[in-house]
Amino acid sequence: MYHAMTSLGFASESRYQGPVKLEGDPRGASVLVLGAGLAGMTAALELRKTGYQVQVLEFNNRAGGRNWTLRGGDSFTELGGATQTCEFEQGLYINPGPWRIPHHHRALLDYCRRLNVALEPFNQLNHNAFLHATRAFGGVPQRIRAVKADFQGQVSELLAKATRQGKLDEAVTKEDQEILLEALRSWGALDRNYSYNANLASSEFRGYARAPGGGLAAMPVPSDPVALSDLLKSRLWRYLQNFAHYNFQTTMFQPVGGMDMIGKAFAKELDGIIRCNVKVTKIEQSGRSVTVTFVDTTRPSTVETATADWCVCTIPLSILSQLPLDVSPAMKAAIDAVPYAGSVKIGLQFKRRFWEEDDAIYGGISYTDLPIRQIAYPNTGYNRGGRGVLLGAYLFDGANSYEFTAMPPEERVARAVEFGAVLHPQYKNEFENGIAVAWHRVPFTLGCSGDWSEEARKQHYANLCQIDGRIVLAGEHASALPAWQEGAILSALDAITRLHQRVVKA
Amino acid sequence: MTALRKRNFLAAAILAAVLAPMGTAALFSPAATAQEGQRTFSSGYRFVEMSGEELYDNICRGCHMMDAKGATGAGSYPSLAANPNLESAGYPVTLVLRGRKAMPPFGDMMNDAQVAAVVNYLRTHFGNNYSDVVTARDVSDARH
Repeated sequence: MYHAMTSLGFASESRYQGPVKLEGDPRGASVLVLGAGLAGMTAALELRKTGYQVQVLEFNNRAGGRNWTLRGGDSFTELGGATQTCEFEQGLYINPGPWRIPHHHRALLDYCRRLNVALEPFNQLNHNAFLHATRAFGGVPQRIRAVKADFQGQVSELLAKATRQGKLDEAVTKEDQEILLEALRSWGALDRNYSYNANLASSEFRGYARAPGGGLAAMPVPSDPVALSDLLKSRLWRYLQNFAHYNFQTTMFQPVGGMDMIGKAFAKELDGIIRCNVKVTKIEQSGRSVTVTFVDTTRPSTVETATADWCVCTIPLSILSQLPLDVSPAMKAAIDAVPYAGSVKIGLQFKRRFWEEDDAIYGGISYTDLPIRQIAYPNTGYNRGGRGVLLGAYLFDGANSYEFTAMPPEERVARAVEFGAVLHPQYKNEFENGIAVAWHRVPFTLGCSGDWSEEARKQHYANLCQIDGRIVLAGEHASALPAWQEGAILSALDAITRLHQRVVKA
Repeated sequence: MTALRKRNFLAAAILAAVLAPMGTAALFSPAATAQEGQRTFSSGYRFVEMSGEELYDNICRGCHMMDAKGATGAGSYPSLAANPNLESAGYPVTLVLRGRKAMPPFGDMMNDAQVAAVVNYLRTHFGNNYSDVVTARDVSDARH
């Protein structure tokens, strides 16, 4: 039954079971939450609601953690000391961290609903955005629409040919072959002879040489498909999976006004219990309590401590692995087993929304083999005059993310403009300013996210997630959804559920 | 894609799609507009930089900084300058290959000659003066 349900898509959409129910009286027990990112704030919100005394300590001068948005006037100092001030026009922004929410991230969506965070669609797939390969099609960017249609069409034609030549007789019954041919014609836009070629049917998929119009010269002119060999050699097909993966399927969302609307909504609920500018230097526990030593980063000479019955620690492992911490050798080994991935995002402001005005690209993402890898268009404020901000590069892991991290911020921006101009020559005249965030240079994480290897997960993951005495860890690093906000929230809910069971049983 | 550190998560699959090398490595060096003139960019998951200096400048510098003195925020990147831990060449070789704590492993992103080059560069710059040279063969041995 379970199998039947999952194959129909009912059962396994999310591990989220709805709002967490922590039953039983914690009898005034206290909890220190380390880190005011989504994991820490989820834990704080739910524990306080259950009756715990909760205090949150946060390194930054704001809550939110990687749930973060940069707007005009914001400034950011990276490790190494370089400070950038965002010069975007009011209302324009980039999300240096997470920027999209899958529809099956039900826990995050539920918190957005409960905290009144307005959402709008995030376009992962825009058929009119570009796929670009430096050494294919003379370096001319191709519309996603055409690449997708031609790949489907050419593959369908091949398969139809094999079917009709009897080459699939052993694998497919005669009856099914007829249905298959019908399906290939429908899915691949093949003609009556099962051929994929220039006609109005294939143009319905890949676009026209001249689009249908009105009046005297209204009739459309079909466009010419790209030959199979050119398509294969271009390797543009490799980007198509970005529109097929579970995490990138429609519908995706973004908060209206910036991703940090979520962090701000959490922080508003937790007003008065989050202490910012706190750098944790030591975490100790006894059989009775947890003591955290820290300094206030605005006056670092004074060492302070905070004590509570329990501790939910969401400090990224990149930092936690450097702290003196009273936990078992097994948990310590787990904390030390996770490298942190690099990632770079670069926001660029332009004098006008040329991608819409000139190229009819409204939201979505273009992919390229240039070192910027992606150009993402704003999924809001469509068809409006005036300035706009693009995500001019998005690197995740891989050589280019290190290469961009190693540059001074202003060079990252300059390089993003230089490479982006290959896809959009308008960059040269329209660019105004930019800001670049390289996650290995971010002082509060020293990396983008926990980059578990399969072997490390097998050996250490369970040890990382166990409650160790009076300490439990939470965050995207303690989830099977690395680098996703949903992972942070699900991890926190699981950690506090187990912690609470222990408290009420004690 | 053995270079993807065998993660079975989506990120790996996406990377395979987005960063899979097109044939051999290529350098992108479009007309310079940036301040530092020519800069090498890798086309795939692996680095194409070959000299120790360029490997340091394009990769290590991201965390350990231009002067190799590291940096401190909520946590720290250690200083590699005048660092006695570099005395035994095997230590930095292993660190580059396998990583340590949050430092990512680079064994799948660099070949033996690249690892040797960057370790030799580190051990002879930034106040480090170790005269014994690491060879690609040494790195190859350290992989096993």
